[in-house]
Amino acid sequence: MTISNKLLPALLLCLLPIGAGAESPEEKALGIAQEADRRDSGFGSYSNDVKMILKNKQGRESVREIRSNTLEVADDGDKSLVIFDEPRDVAGTALLSFTHKEGPDDQWLYLPALKRVKRIASDNKSGPFMGSEFAYEDIASQEVEKYTYKYLRDETLDGLDVFVFERYPKDEKSGYTRQVIWLDKEHYKERKIEYYDRKKALLKTLTFADYQQFRDSFWRAQDMHMVNHQTGKSTRLLQTNYDFAANLDDRDFDKNSLKRAR
Amino acid sequence: MKRLICALACLLHTLGAHAEWRGYVAAELLGFQEAPRDARQHDAYASLAFEPEYFREWNRRDDLFTFKPYFLVDAHDDNRTHVDIRELSWIHAARDWETNIGISKVYWGVTEAVHLVDIINQTDLVVNEDGEDKLGQPMAKLTLIRDYGVVDLFVLPGFRERTFPDIEGRPRFSIPVNDDVLYESGAEELHTDFAVRWSHSIGEFDIGVAHFAGTAREPRFVVLPADLTPPSTIAKVTPLYEIINQTSLDLQAIFGGWLLKLEAVVRSGQGKRVHAVAGGYEYTFVGVNESQIDIGLITEYLYDSRGDDIDLAAALAGQPFFLSPFQNDLVLGARVTLNDAASSELLASVIVDLDDGGQSYNLEASRRFGDSWKLSLEARGVMNIPANNVLSGFEDDNRLRLELARYF
Repeated sequence: MTISNKLLPALLLCLLPIGAGAESPEEKALGIAQEADRRDSGFGSYSNDVKMILKNKQGRESVREIRSNTLEVADDGDKSLVIFDEPRDVAGTALLSFTHKEGPDDQWLYLPALKRVKRIASDNKSGPFMGSEFAYEDIASQEVEKYTYKYLRDETLDGLDVFVFERYPKDEKSGYTRQVIWLDKEHYKERKIEYYDRKKALLKTLTFADYQQFRDSFWRAQDMHMVNHQTGKSTRLLQTNYDFAANLDDRDFDKNSLKRAR
Repeated sequence: MKRLICALACLLHTLGAHAEWRGYVAAELLGFQEAPRDARQHDAYASLAFEPEYFREWNRRDDLFTFKPYFLVDAHDDNRTHVDIRELSWIHAARDWETNIGISKVYWGVTEAVHLVDIINQTDLVVNEDGEDKLGQPMAKLTLIRDYGVVDLFVLPGFRERTFPDIEGRPRFSIPVNDDVLYESGAEELHTDFAVRWSHSIGEFDIGVAHFAGTAREPRFVVLPADLTPPSTIAKVTPLYEIINQTSLDLQAIFGGWLLKLEAVVRSGQGKRVHAVAGGYEYTFVGVNESQIDIGLITEYLYDSRGDDIDLAAALAGQPFFLSPFQNDLVLGARVTLNDAASSELLASVIVDLDDGGQSYNLEASRRFGDSWKLSLEARGVMNIPANNVLSGFEDDNRLRLELARYF
C-alpha cells in the first residue's frame, strides 16, 4: 500500500505528458471551453442591472440602462428578457431571446407604444446592440456548440495564468471569422477577447474586470470594456445588482411576461 | 434609522417592487403643400401632446398597476383637442393564468400597411391618420396559458366612438363627419362586447385565431335625410355602429432574413359579409456592405371585398356605405435602420391600387438628439386618384408632419 501510494503520483506524472501530447490543439481548447461551461452551469436564474456607456471617437458619451433577466435551460441555450430604461424614448421596450445550441435563436421585441410584439430575424446577430460596440452575438448566451476551437498557448496576463485559444463561429451570419480568448486557469473565466472581422482584420478587443463570485460558484465580470480599433468608438458595460436568488422560471420568459414588461 | 431604510429597501427589492413615472411632451407642426378645398380648413396646424405614464410592479413582477392619461391640444381642430385615459389597469399574473382589469390596450396583428385583425381598441384617428393610435378600452381579460397555446377571453363593457377631424381639421373626407352617431343596438355605447383569441408559437411560426362579437369599431356611414339638400348636397355623414361578428387569423413565420406575414378577417353584420386579406413579407439585409446599416424590403398585398368606390346614388338614397380604400392594392416599402447611437430610422412606402392605378405615399423618419429628445418626420400624400375613389378628396392634402418630443 505504501509503495503504490508513492508510486501512483509518479506513474501519473509519467503518463501526463504522453496524454497531453495525444490531445490535439482542437481537443484541448474544446476541453477548456467545456470545463468553463461546466463550472458556470447550475446557476438556475438571475437578474441584474446593466449600464452601457457609449463613447464616440470625439469622446462624447451616451448612456443605456437595462434590466436583465436570465434563465438557464437544460440541454439548450439560455433564455433572456431585457427591459430598457434609458434612453427614455425606448423606456419599456423589451427583448425576449431564446438562444439555441443548434440553429437560429428566437427573438421577440415588445414595443410599448403600440403594445405590439414583433418577431425579429435572428440574422441580425452581427448587428450592434442599442447602437453600442457590442453585437447581439457578443452579449447572447455563449454556447460551447456555437464554435469550433483551437488551443494556442499558455500565458500570463496581468499576473494571472491564462489559456489562450481561438474559437471560430459555426454560424455563417456571424460578423467574425475568429475570436482569441484569454481565459484564467484558476476560475475558467474570460479575461480578454479579440474579435476579427470577416476580412480577418482585428476589429474589437473586450476586456473583463471586477469579477465577483455569487452563491460561492458563479463568477461575473461587473465591468466589461469593448474597444473598436477600426472606428475608435468604445462601450463600457457595467453590470450590478446581481440577484442569483431571483428564482425565475419559464413563465418569466414567455410572450405574456414580455407584454407585462414596463 | 439608516438601517431601517436599508432593510426596507432590501425587502422591496426582494419583493421586486418597482415604481416609476415616465412619458413625453411633444410639439407637432403639420403643414400642407396646397390650399385647402374647404375655406374653413387651414394651411398649417400646431399641436401639443402630453402622455405621462405611472406604473408600479410588485410581487416579483406578478402584479402591475398602470395609469397612462393622454392630453392633446390642437390650434384649430376642436375634435383633435381631447383627453383620454389610455390605461388604468391592474394586471395579475399567476403560474398558468393572467388577469387584466381596467382600461387597457391590446394589439393583434402582424402586417405593416393595414391592421385588419386588430379590433379590441377603437382607433383614435384624430391623433394620426395611420390608425395606430388607440383609445383606452374598458375590459376584463382572462388569459389561460396552456400547452396547446394561450387563450385570451375578453369582456368589453362599453364602447368608444371613433374620433374624426372637425370641420376645421385636415386631412379629412370632403364631407364632414357628424358628431352624433347611430347605433344598431338599443344599448348604444353601453353594449357589452366579447372576444376570444387563441395564439401559439410553434417553432418558426406565430399563429393567432380570434373571434369578436359586438359593436363594430369601424363604422359604416349614412346620409340622413335632414343632412341632404336635393338633389345631391350633403351637409354631413353620420357614423353607424352596427353589431358584428368577426373571425380572424394572423400568421407569421420566420426563415432566416425572411419574415412572412398574413392577416385575414371575415365579418358579418354590416350588410354583405366582408372578407379581407393582407399578406406579404419583409426581407432584411443585415449589415449592408459590411456597414452597420440594415435594409428591410416590404411587400404586401391587400384585398378587401368592400369596394373602394363610392356609389353616390345609393348613398343619397340612404344606403349605409363603407369608406375603405384598399380593395386590390400592392404595398412596396423599404425600412432603413442605421443602428447608430441616435437610433436613426427611415421607412418609405407606396400603396398602389391595382384597379385604378392610384397611389398613396408614406415616409417616416426619426432620430434621437442627446439623451432625451426625439425628432420625427412624416410625409404623406396621394397621386392619380380617380374621382369616384374613396381617397379622391385627399388630393390637395399632401402634407409634412414634424414632431419634436422630449422624453422623461
